[in-house]
Amino acid sequence: MSEPSKPQGRKFQLPEHLKIYKNVWVIVEQERGIVHSVSLELLGEARKLADKLGVEVGAVVLGAESPDLNRICGDAIGYGADIVYKVTDPALADYRTDPYCRVMTDVVNTHKPEIVLLGATTLGRDLAGAIATTLATGLTADCTELDIYADNRSLAATRPTFGGTLLCTIQTLAYRPQMATVRPRVMAMPERDDARTGRVIEIQPDLREEDIVTKVLNFIADREQNEAQLAFADIIVSAGKGLGKVENMKLVFDLAKVLGAEVGVTRPLVQAGWATNDRQVGQTGKTVRPKLYIAAGISGAIQHRVGMEKSDLILAINTDPNATIFDFAHLGLVGDALKILPALTDAFGRRLSVNRMAG
Amino acid sequence: MHIVVCIKQVPDSAQIRIHPVTNTIMRQGVPAIINPFDLFSLEEALRLKDKVGARVTVLTMGPPMAETSLRKALSLGADDAVLLTDRKFAGSDTLATSYALTSAIQKLAEEDPVDIVFCGKQTVDGDTAQVGPGIATRLGFEQLTYITKIEDLNTASKEIVVQRRSEGGVQVLKTKLPCMITMLEGTNTIRFGKMDDLFRAARYELKTWSRDFTGAEEGRVGLKGSPTVVSKVFVPKPRAEKAKMIVADADTSEAMAAAAIDAIFAAQPKLAGDLLARAAAGL
Repeated sequence: MSEPSKPQGRKFQLPEHLKIYKNVWVIVEQERGIVHSVSLELLGEARKLADKLGVEVGAVVLGAESPDLNRICGDAIGYGADIVYKVTDPALADYRTDPYCRVMTDVVNTHKPEIVLLGATTLGRDLAGAIATTLATGLTADCTELDIYADNRSLAATRPTFGGTLLCTIQTLAYRPQMATVRPRVMAMPERDDARTGRVIEIQPDLREEDIVTKVLNFIADREQNEAQLAFADIIVSAGKGLGKVENMKLVFDLAKVLGAEVGVTRPLVQAGWATNDRQVGQTGKTVRPKLYIAAGISGAIQHRVGMEKSDLILAINTDPNATIFDFAHLGLVGDALKILPALTDAFGRRLSVNRMAG
Repeated sequence: MHIVVCIKQVPDSAQIRIHPVTNTIMRQGVPAIINPFDLFSLEEALRLKDKVGARVTVLTMGPPMAETSLRKALSLGADDAVLLTDRKFAGSDTLATSYALTSAIQKLAEEDPVDIVFCGKQTVDGDTAQVGPGIATRLGFEQLTYITKIEDLNTASKEIVVQRRSEGGVQVLKTKLPCMITMLEGTNTIRFGKMDDLFRAARYELKTWSRDFTGAEEGRVGLKGSPTVVSKVFVPKPRAEKAKMIVADADTSEAMAAAAIDAIFAAQPKLAGDLLARAAAGL
């Protein structure tokens, strides 16, 4: 399957002065006391890499001092960290690039990890791009696979490129640390082990708020908004022109309600005024990656496909057995979405309520 | 007010094909376009120009043929265009690219100080989202990524208020110029060019700058200046060609729905658990 184009790098030997860089770090992403699940996934992945290298896992937790932050430090150990660098300052309460970048640059230069991992989220990608520049080191974006080349202990970071048509494996040779951001929900979530122990190193960076130019005026949490939050939805039920008329959108919303899902649509439906553009999935709309994507009455045009084909599981419902969508959906159902959607709503509703009574 | 918009000419990713034997990208015949994410930033820059008055310079680093994209940006309303091109830049990774682009922005700033640099959120070919932050860090500009809305720009006090997408919500940030902004996709729609801009773009004499001209150090660009190396390129394992078709016991919607749910839960056992837990919690 693989056709190594340039096998340079694997035989590369690290210069002596960079060999003091040790340990695999995860920068734990927390916003307002909530840890992003990708950080926990990364602790599991860091554990595997560290075990291969025979080194320790470090978790960096940044924020303002709070009970939430202490809980997060405990979580980091439970999910695989040996050392937690707890960096606290009132100026770190909300994420802002400048103070986070300055602090992380110092902490990395002081403790010298060989690998630094972050989630490929809006925070992780913003911060990683900045600190890789101050540290003048290599950073690989949005990775889907991480490994260690045994020949020279270097990180092999694999990522999709050209919109997923190709994969490439990238290495950082004569620079340390080796940095990567990793796509959420690709790595397995590790089991929390309450028996694990680790040490916490407290760091107080002494930031001065008056030195920080950017101020956070407000934070509007998504749950307080009425807008569709497709990019973060676990399940999306989407409709295409196959639904026939606007009244039938109710069938999609009914199923979404039972599943706690968001409703998506194709571009023609937005143009026809059946839905607002915050629900549009595809090239000129949102790119989504839910655990389950149900496509009802969608033919599968490329413009829609590029926005949803990375979903974990795609179920397509279409009357036309030759519809393009069946070429890339995982599960296909040939039938009338107008009849199957209500049947799915009923059946899901029954199965889930049965469990509630049993539970 | 001087705004620089960094753009990249990319192959239209929807039309990329992989050579079946060599597993390499077949670029022949693939149309080159302005990176679609850059258009949201270009449009926002042009809106600021309309609103508060500004000079908009578009900047790209690439081979000479990237001229096409610069002319396109001029035809949409940009005032000036700079093509940063040099064989020495070939093979630059994101660290080296942000260094080279920064050298050009500093050159531009010598004659007209730069207040805002716009970059695309990421490119469709590289997908790194790293060049914008790299430029902001090098210039010491405030870094504003994933911006969904520019609420206010006060040219007198040089203050800007923006909405920034974060994972769990929207941050409203107030900061000072100079800053680097990347716009989130879908936040605006690129305009159609005006006829006189179209003519101006065709006649415009592009500024073509080399590494020597911007003063970028040779050892910090191209392969030499790039910490990362691509050690392997390969085609992903193809997914099972077509969808697995669900067959129901009977030709009724009920039977089909039941079969579909069984198939979903069989493929994603964890999802079944999550849904049941959610239902049990009474959500």
